[in-house]
Amino acid sequence: MDAMGGFLAMGGYGAFVWPAYGIAAVVLGGLTLTGLRRLRRSEAALSMLADSQASSRTSVRDSAP
Amino acid sequence: MLHRFANPTRFLRVAAALQPWCVGLSLACLAGGLYLGLLRSPADYQQGDTVRIMYVHVPSAWMALFVYANMAIASAVALIWKHPLADILAKNCAPLGAGFTLIALATGSLWGKPMWGTWWVWDARLTSVLILFFLYLGHMALVNAFDDPSRGARAGAVLALVGSVNLPIIKFSVDWWNTLHQPASVLRIGGPAIHSAMLTPLLMMGVAFTLLFVALLLVNVRAEIAERKLRGLRLARAAEV
Repeated sequence: MDAMGGFLAMGGYGAFVWPAYGIAAVVLGGLTLTGLRRLRRSEAALSMLADSQASSRTSVRDSAP
Repeated sequence: MLHRFANPTRFLRVAAALQPWCVGLSLACLAGGLYLGLLRSPADYQQGDTVRIMYVHVPSAWMALFVYANMAIASAVALIWKHPLADILAKNCAPLGAGFTLIALATGSLWGKPMWGTWWVWDARLTSVLILFFLYLGHMALVNAFDDPSRGARAGAVLALVGSVNLPIIKFSVDWWNTLHQPASVLRIGGPAIHSAMLTPLLMMGVAFTLLFVALLLVNVRAEIAERKLRGLRLARAAEV
């Protein structure tokens, strides 16, 4: 427990070292999450639209004389 | 429309294959770099444990410059050869570069307070990096400010190229002007002036950040290509109706 406390204290500079790592984690984590969400959304919307277009084309072809 | 995306289609295949490797290697280097940097590397004889801020500060500052250089090269390619993929690359570099620059500025401030006695000084290094941050934000705003995306891309490319004059200013600011900021200790003539116990985790974090940038760029470019296809399909559908 003391070793853990010593590690977290960072020789008295814990108040500067840990926020530095925290900011990096928040910014990089945020960029990762927004990027992945953006990719998931756009690909889902694209496949949905492509599907509906494919089905509307086949229905047009089916109804043609 | 199809041949316009012929190259991006090949790009998408390569991107999807590369992405897991980038993420895996990045996480491995990140774990190694954090372990060595936080637990195994020594405290500095002058700076004590604040030197551990270096392992996030320096790699993110490298990335701030590296991402901008990528953005400027992609912008030049976009202007000269009018390749749509180059525009997409440049556009999606900007938010990532802004993120790395923000980390460099904030962690530098947290390092400056205990070591210099101040959060901020208006010296050449800090000011030129702040300008870099505003160049990224300006690029993001400008690219999205036009109804016609291609006009926004062209304006953004010109801004990125003009702003690239800032890169050598940042790199050599610590040599050209008096500053509190220490001079280069890794990328310098005569080799790194830093012990391998600190250099190894620093370089591992550098590799981790670089691969993370590549992975995030691939994710965002794939998303942007999907969004553009979506816009194209919607326009085509609206024209049919």
